[in-house]
Formats: sequence, structure tokens, C-alpha cells
Amino acid sequence: MATNVLMPALSPTMEQGKLSKWVKKVGDQVKSGDILAEIETDKATMEVEAVDEGTLGAILVEEGTDNVAVNTPIGVIVAEGEAADAAPAAQAGGSPKADEAPKADGASGAGATPDGAKPGAPDLQGKPKAPGQPGPGPTTDAADHALAGGAPQAQAPEVPAGTKMVTMTVREALRDAMAEEMRREPKVFVMGEEVAEYQGAYKVTQGLLQEFGAKRVIDTPITEHGFAGICVGASMAGLKPIVEFMTFNFAMQAIDHIINSAAKTLYMSGGQMGSPIVFRGPNGAAARVGAQHSQDYTAWYSSVPGLKVVAPYSAADAKGLLKSAIRDPNPVVFLENEILYGQSFEVPELDDFTVPIGVAKVARPGKDVTIVSWSIGMTYALKAAEELAKEGIDAEVIDLRTIRPMDIATVVASVKKTNRCVTVEEGWAQSGVGAEIMARLMELAFDDLDAPVVRVTGKDVPMPYAANLEKLALPHVGDVIEAVKAVTYR
Amino acid sequence: MADVRPLTLRVPEPAVRPGGTPVFADIATSEAGAVRRPPIDVAADDIRDLAYAIIRVLDDEGRAVGPWAGTRDDAEALEGLRHMMTLRAFDARMLMAQRQGKTSFYMQHLGEEAVSCAVQRALEPGDMHFPTYRQAGLLVAAGYPLTTMMNQIFSNAEDPLHGRQLPIMYSSKAFGFFSISGNLATQYIQAVGWAMASAIKGDTRIAAAWIGDGATAEPDFHAALVFASTYRAPVMLNVVNNQWAISTFSGLARGSSATFAARGHGFGIPALRVDGNDYLAVHAVARWAAERARANLGPTLIEYVTYRAGAHSTSDDPSAYRPKAEFDAWPLGDPVERLKRHLIARRAWSEERHRQGEAEILDTILAAQREAEAHGTLHSGPRPSARDMFEGVYATMPPHLRRQRQEAGY
Repeated sequence: MATNVLMPALSPTMEQGKLSKWVKKVGDQVKSGDILAEIETDKATMEVEAVDEGTLGAILVEEGTDNVAVNTPIGVIVAEGEAADAAPAAQAGGSPKADEAPKADGASGAGATPDGAKPGAPDLQGKPKAPGQPGPGPTTDAADHALAGGAPQAQAPEVPAGTKMVTMTVREALRDAMAEEMRREPKVFVMGEEVAEYQGAYKVTQGLLQEFGAKRVIDTPITEHGFAGICVGASMAGLKPIVEFMTFNFAMQAIDHIINSAAKTLYMSGGQMGSPIVFRGPNGAAARVGAQHSQDYTAWYSSVPGLKVVAPYSAADAKGLLKSAIRDPNPVVFLENEILYGQSFEVPELDDFTVPIGVAKVARPGKDVTIVSWSIGMTYALKAAEELAKEGIDAEVIDLRTIRPMDIATVVASVKKTNRCVTVEEGWAQSGVGAEIMARLMELAFDDLDAPVVRVTGKDVPMPYAANLEKLALPHVGDVIEAVKAVTYR
Repeated sequence: MADVRPLTLRVPEPAVRPGGTPVFADIATSEAGAVRRPPIDVAADDIRDLAYAIIRVLDDEGRAVGPWAGTRDDAEALEGLRHMMTLRAFDARMLMAQRQGKTSFYMQHLGEEAVSCAVQRALEPGDMHFPTYRQAGLLVAAGYPLTTMMNQIFSNAEDPLHGRQLPIMYSSKAFGFFSISGNLATQYIQAVGWAMASAIKGDTRIAAAWIGDGATAEPDFHAALVFASTYRAPVMLNVVNNQWAISTFSGLARGSSATFAARGHGFGIPALRVDGNDYLAVHAVARWAAERARANLGPTLIEYVTYRAGAHSTSDDPSAYRPKAEFDAWPLGDPVERLKRHLIARRAWSEERHRQGEAEILDTILAAQREAEAHGTLHSGPRPSARDMFEGVYATMPPHLRRQRQEAGY
């Protein structure tokens, strides 16, 4: 029986890749384990191996094709005397799961019913709607907000009218931000595991070693405690380190340096020396990485005076905020998200585009309810707002962008208009960022609220590995919709 | 101040990068049989040289020679060969299963099978391993069911860890296999703690700590050595030096002068360095360390010199950082081939029986896989129940979790 060769998923977060080369050609005999083709993703180049024996009957995707979706049939292997069109799902539009490919050993999938989920794909994987030009949202000095929740001012546009926009991924935006700041300031350097030769575990430092050399893009031994301490020391010697953690889960080892040293030294030294440093890397859940690699640390860092904590959603904000973080004289914890790395947004093409730390953004204006989120949470918030609009509920979505100092004034201004609020985060509920927003709204906008604020959060369990359980443990668009209906009494 | 020049920073580089010709000039191999075997109550200071040599038993002709030979008879060595072949074939099937989307992640042992398979046979039931992620041979050589391993890899309805843990991160208290931590090195000091507890309780069981070359840079490794040394804990301190920590070459964790075994010297811990691709040498050295620990003589640090022939994991592409032909140039060879050659030279095995053995093993693994797949794979078939997600957070489920579980409909 003819079998489709499917575009493989090389990691749970891979959605597409480039078919760079066919190693076999039509008519070639193949046996199980033979290399058929080579594919490239933004992370790596890998080989596609044959699972079945037979002849390569057809090539469905030519070499050199970009953006081939995972599970697209790329070729057909036929048994002796068979035609290539005998393959079950070679037609366009079919997106069979890898499991459905007939198995070389004849083992059956036990009558499995596909659930329609792509292997490893996140629950929400549609390309997020790129935020348009910033709306006329409020802005004000960050310190005022943090202390008093002061009145928001008319927001000056962050991007001048008529600026050309280019589409890029969050990953590219972060890379560009570091490269621009490293060109601008020789004291900036990057240190972490696999940041140099390997171009970053998630390829965020792509090309930096080639441009800036081994003294400014430094691979380290595997010790977060060690290299975080080294970088805090280097920052006190006057350099401006960017510390890349492969994930913030591993930064728990380094948290003593981040909190007890980086965050407190300016204070404890009577203002003599501080720690101008950026700790950055992916935070929170990716996909299929289990309990020890999926934790959201936003709330942990946001409770610490001396730190600034940034958690961008869009590529433009990632770029502008990372540049600001590198220039900031204080330690900044810069929380990225692995699932957002590959998503594309519009980014202004400006020589020096920065976004101020401590200023939230109205990502979608509305009048009926305020949804507050940041980072990956914005994907749920924006999608829910779209769905709610169809039911006549006009939600205003605020992208907090910076968690500390928190721009609570923008949230309060919105709640004064909508009188209702829902917060969305992937982290746990207890002592979470949503809990902090609720507390501030009690202090600053109690009389404006027509309903108790509702939090949408992850379930109160360590992240399970199994795909079905992981999905259940994370918030869904449906949870946000339900929460909005609860606060609007629909 | 005369002639003060600016300081410069040294960043170590591996001897060769992709495109270059592989060299292993720094792996100075000792002759098989050449390294002496000291008594187990030897003082650490008297065997400092053994941290720089490489203990080997199998010579180039497949003979077992020297003072470390003789801990395994032919039947036991054959059993070891079968364990290594099983592990290798199991890995090949599971790699394919990952490519087919039946699991999201896999890590293979290619080239390192001798280390975990042989060490398992040097310890006793009841002893406790604190492994890292390339020691599934500990389970295979202990007779842990292959189907159960696959159930965990596929995260299916029969997953013994109920869908909560990553594939290959096995855990079996009954088989002396502590859970695997994704956060490196934590298990190393926990093994020392477990061993100290065994001594405190007056037990006879010992612990084995496992770590890779890269993770020895972690603070937990150094703290483990302090405690093991100070309290003379009954523990084997294993360092598997497979040359690569994902893309990071071993010199970055080691510095460029000493061996990993020599890390023991500053702590007064006897340290041995062994050919990790020589099943018989690994077994002999592990047994020596286990006897020491059980005789209350304290810890031994062992560096297994081996080579990670495959990718770090299914998410890694080694061609980005090392020459593709590097394993071909590896001076210590292939562990399966070397033990096979020994047994053929002993007339206990033949090429034909080896081929038969491979076919039998593949059949066993395919049968195990069919059984496991009947319980589901990552994206199809039966799954762990959603009830499982809320169990095990606490010993007794608190009311708020029960409520969340009920709200989720379970």
C-alpha cells in the first residue's frame, strides 16, 4: 500500500519548515531508516527518514519550498508495482496526523480517533492579529503610576504616522534589539548556554557571534547560578550584560543572584553601585515540556522591589522594550514566551525604535468590559474579544507589557469606562499578577466596579506532560469568554 | 608601572568544528590491562594517577586482559551484550516513533550503552540510582518491562506516571530508579543525601549518583562532593563524560587542564577514570566502587570516558557544532561491537548468532510496542484520565482542587 511521507514535527512548537533538499529522487528504492530529504526550521536542519520500504513514487513538495506545514504530505512511497496516486491523502488540503501514516511494522493505532489537534501544536496557534497603530491610549510617567495610579495622559503615538512597517517574528525582533544595542554600546554583551556557536537554544541570538565575536557573545558552562553571578559581577564592573536563560525555569538556580544581589545592591551600597543588567529568556509553558519546564514566574519577580519586570506580547513591543531594558540602569527581568517566538507581527522600520518600560497599551478599544493581560495571555484575550464582539459585547483589551512598575492608571481609566474587569494569565491564581490587579482595583476603583473582578488562570497543579492534560491545565479562550459573561451578567 | 598591557579573555574552543577533520588528541588511551587495580581500602592520595589514566580490559583483539578482568563470566558477558543490543534497538524504534508523532521527544544512548547496562549489574537490588537522562540501561539491565517504558514515552492510558512527566523521564522506586529531574544536577546531591540516610539508619544499601560532563559545572555537583567527602557517604559518584553537553564541548565545563575524575582529588575522594565503551572495564570499576561503599569506606568518583554518537535529543542537530564523522574517529570504538568481538573470540558467540539475536530482540521490542500502542500514543488512542491531573499534587487532595476537578467535568 502506498504511504505518504509527511512533513515531520521536530519539536512540539514547530508549525512549519523549509524542505531544503531531496536526497532521494522519484524511482529510488528506499528502506526503513534511509534519509529521504532534509528540512530546515528556524531552529535546526534535520533529516527526514523513511519509515517504510518501497520506491519513492512521487515528490509532492519540491525542494526549496518554504513554510511547509507540519504533516503536509511531501512525497509518496509505493510498494512494488503500485502507482503513486494510490496514496491515501495526497490531495491538497488534507492535513493528516503523523499517526495516521501506515506503520512499517503493521502495528495499529488501536482504532485511534484523531482529535484534530496537530502534534505538539499549542492550543491557540492561529497567527495572532497584529496590533495596528497604537490607539489613543493613555500614557504617563511610569513612576507616577506605580505609586499612585495617577491620571493617565493622552498617549503620544509610539510610532510616527506614516512609518513603514515590516513583518517579523518575535524571535527576529528580539535578535535585532540586541544587535542594535550591541552596535550602539560596546559595553553590552550576551552570556548564556548555547548563545554563541549554536546561535541560541531557541535561535534568538542568531548571527550575534558572527557579528560581535566570542568576547561579546559568550557560551558558558552549564550553571545558571554561576553565569548569573558572573554577570551581576560584570555589571558592577561597569559592563551591561544580557543574561540569556535557556528557560526561566532554570533561572530558579540563579534567583539568589537576581534578587539578593542584582535587585538590592544599589540600595544596600547606599547608591554607590547598581546592577544594569537584563535577565532574559522564555518564561511559562511551551508545549509538552512538563512540570519542571513550564512554570510562569511573572508573579515571583513582580513582587521584588529593585527589579523591573517586562513581559511583551507583540514583536514591536518585544523589540522596543528589550532596547529600553538594555539601556535601563536597573536590573530588568525580561520574560519572553517560546510559543510567541515564531509568531509574526508588524514592526516599525525605524533607526532607533524604543518602547518605554512601565507603560501599558490599549490593544483593542472597547466599552463593555476591560480584559487585562500580557505576553501569551494576550492571544486568549484578543481572540476572546473577537468572539465576544460577535455576541455584541465590546471588550477593551489592555496589554500590560510591563508588570513592574505596573501601569495601573491605564487599567483604572479603562475600568472607569467599562466598570468590569477580567484578568488573564497562564500562571497560578494564588498570589498571581491577576490577584495584584484585583487588589489595586479595590484600592483605586472600588466604586467604579459593577461586578467583582474575575481572574482567568492556569489550574492549581504542576504542568502535566500528556497533551490532553496540558491543554486542560492552561486557560482557554472559552474561559475568558465565560469570565466576561460572568462580570457582564450575560 | 612598567609594561602593563591590557588583559584579554580566554574562551576555550573545541579542537575541531563542522567541516574539520576530527581529532581526539586529548584522549590519551592507556593500553588494555596496563592500569593497576588497588585494594578497595586504598587511600585517595595513593591513586591520584588513576584519575588521569583510562582503565581498560578489552584489547584490540577482543581479549580481556589485566588486573581488572574477570568480574564477568561468558554467560554474564553475553547477558550484558543482550542488554546493550536491546537498549540500542529500543532507541531506534522510539526515535522512529517520535518522527511518527507518537511521542514529542526522545533521547537515545547510541555509543553509551555499556555505561548504564554494566553499572546496573555491579549493584544490588535495593540500591538506589539517581540517574540523569541517558541511563535507561539501568532499567533494561534490571528487567524493567519495555512495554512500561513505552507507556511512559507515549504518555498513554497505562503510563505509570499518569501523563505527568516528560517522555524518557522514567521513575521506578521498585527498580531503584529515582525520578529524573529536567533541571540538571539536583539528583547528584540528593543521591549523597540518600546514601547518608542509609548510613544513619544502619542500612546496608548504597546509592549511585549520575551526572553528565556538562552539568558538573553546576553548584550541586561540587556541594555533593563536599558532603560525600565530609560524611564519607556510601555512594558511587558517576560522571558520564560523553564529550558533548548539547553543543557545549566538555572542555567548557572541565577547563582545559584536568580530567573530570581529578575533581575528586581536592575533596580526598578516590577517583578512577574508565573506558566507558568497554563493558567489562565499566563493570569491574563499578563493582570496585560498590564494594568500597558497602564496606563503609566511603565514596568513589568515576569518570566514564565515552562519546555521544547520536544527537542530544530529537530537538538537536549536532551537525551545527561538530563534524559528522567524529564518532568514526573516536578512539574507544563501539561498546556493542567490542563486547561482541570478545565473545566471538571466546567462542561463546558468532556473527550468525549475533544476527539471530538482533532479530529476536527486534521481535521482542515490536511486540512490546504493539502492546503499548494498544494503550494509546501521544495524540491518539486512550489517554491518561483528566482526573490524574489533579491527583498527586498533595498526598491528600485539598477541597479547592476537588472543586477544580469537578468544574472540569471529572
